[in-house]
Amino acid sequence: MGFEVETVIKIAAYTGGGIAMGLGAVGAAIGEGYTAARANLAISRNPEISGDIFKSMLVGQAVAESASIFALVIAILLLFMDAATPSLLKAAAFLGAGLSMGFGAIGSGIGSGYPGGEACFGISQQPAADSQLTTNMLIGSAVCQTPAIFSMVVALMLIFIDFGNAPLTPTWAAFIGAGLSMGLAAIGSGYGGGLAAGASCEGIARSPQSVTNVTTIMLVGQAVSQTPSIFGLLISFILMFKSFPESSMLATPMALLGAGLCMGFGGIGPGIGNGMAAEGAVRWVARNVEHSNELMRIMLVGQAVSQSTAIYAMVVSLVLIFVV
Amino acid sequence: MAIEGAEIVKAAAFIGAGLSMGLGAIGPGVGEGMVAAKACEAIGKNPREAGLLTRTMLVGQAVAESTGIYSLVVALLLLFVV
Repeated sequence: MGFEVETVIKIAAYTGGGIAMGLGAVGAAIGEGYTAARANLAISRNPEISGDIFKSMLVGQAVAESASIFALVIAILLLFMDAATPSLLKAAAFLGAGLSMGFGAIGSGIGSGYPGGEACFGISQQPAADSQLTTNMLIGSAVCQTPAIFSMVVALMLIFIDFGNAPLTPTWAAFIGAGLSMGLAAIGSGYGGGLAAGASCEGIARSPQSVTNVTTIMLVGQAVSQTPSIFGLLISFILMFKSFPESSMLATPMALLGAGLCMGFGGIGPGIGNGMAAEGAVRWVARNVEHSNELMRIMLVGQAVSQSTAIYAMVVSLVLIFVV
Repeated sequence: MAIEGAEIVKAAAFIGAGLSMGLGAIGPGVGEGMVAAKACEAIGKNPREAGLLTRTMLVGQAVAESTGIYSLVVALLLLFVV
């Protein structure tokens, strides 16, 4: 049974589009639901300022929505794109693009719901801190989107770059591995960044005078939480742009696929863990602002240790790509 | 194209190594992050014991790390020994 190359590309593009939008819808919906739930609680506590809370809820939800809008863009591109040079390699690249964007939107969507929800709740407790809370919420949830943006960049590269006449085996596995590596590794970083941002909004509502320290440590914590997704981006760039010699062995493509899976799954845990550490530090800087240096130090030490497994995963991926 | 048995074993070992290290990294990452979060909370409550708390955190994280190291060892065994 044989299919024409164009048919196989269409099959891959439609499957990839479905994966991108289907998985991409999961995170944003959960995150926005959390924001709305907290906003309801906030309005029941302080109904007089329901207008302000409602406005903040919509702003927070709009930012959380962006991850799934990225997924929508990629899905539509995949549905209506015609490959310039039809080859089976392009089919693998389309599938990889869908995987990258679909998985990559989950973490950012859930994560950016937390700052929105905590900002709404904070406004009900401290209506005077409305503008500080909104600013901090916007900064925090914007940083949460970075993993989703990385995933979109990888997806767009897989869709638009003409990889010429690279050998089909093992390059097909490299493209699918690149999508998995970026997409899965983005889950943890997006979610972890959201935990830190949520705690910072809660902290600012508790003590608005500590806003500078809280925002600073939130940004440091979020930046460290992004590292697993940057490792994922690195591995997927290597997989996309290294030229692999043609091979008829089954083991070569499987090694590249394994490298993508390894870095992708390996980034999830450290991303969430780093976010948890940042959440704890941010929460307590707001309560105990004179010890923010100690808290920053212990947060960074804790995050560094939690990062170690992502580094092991990167090492194993690099061994799978370059050594075996 | 006929695929030899040994070839399939090698392919499975590579995928297995990736899954071993990848999935094995999730638990330690989350667990150590939780330890760090609680250590920050404890230092926020009682900053005078920062030294003791840092030490306890590091020992706890080192124990939580062990499963990640097992995964690394298994992955390297699959890559180079099996």
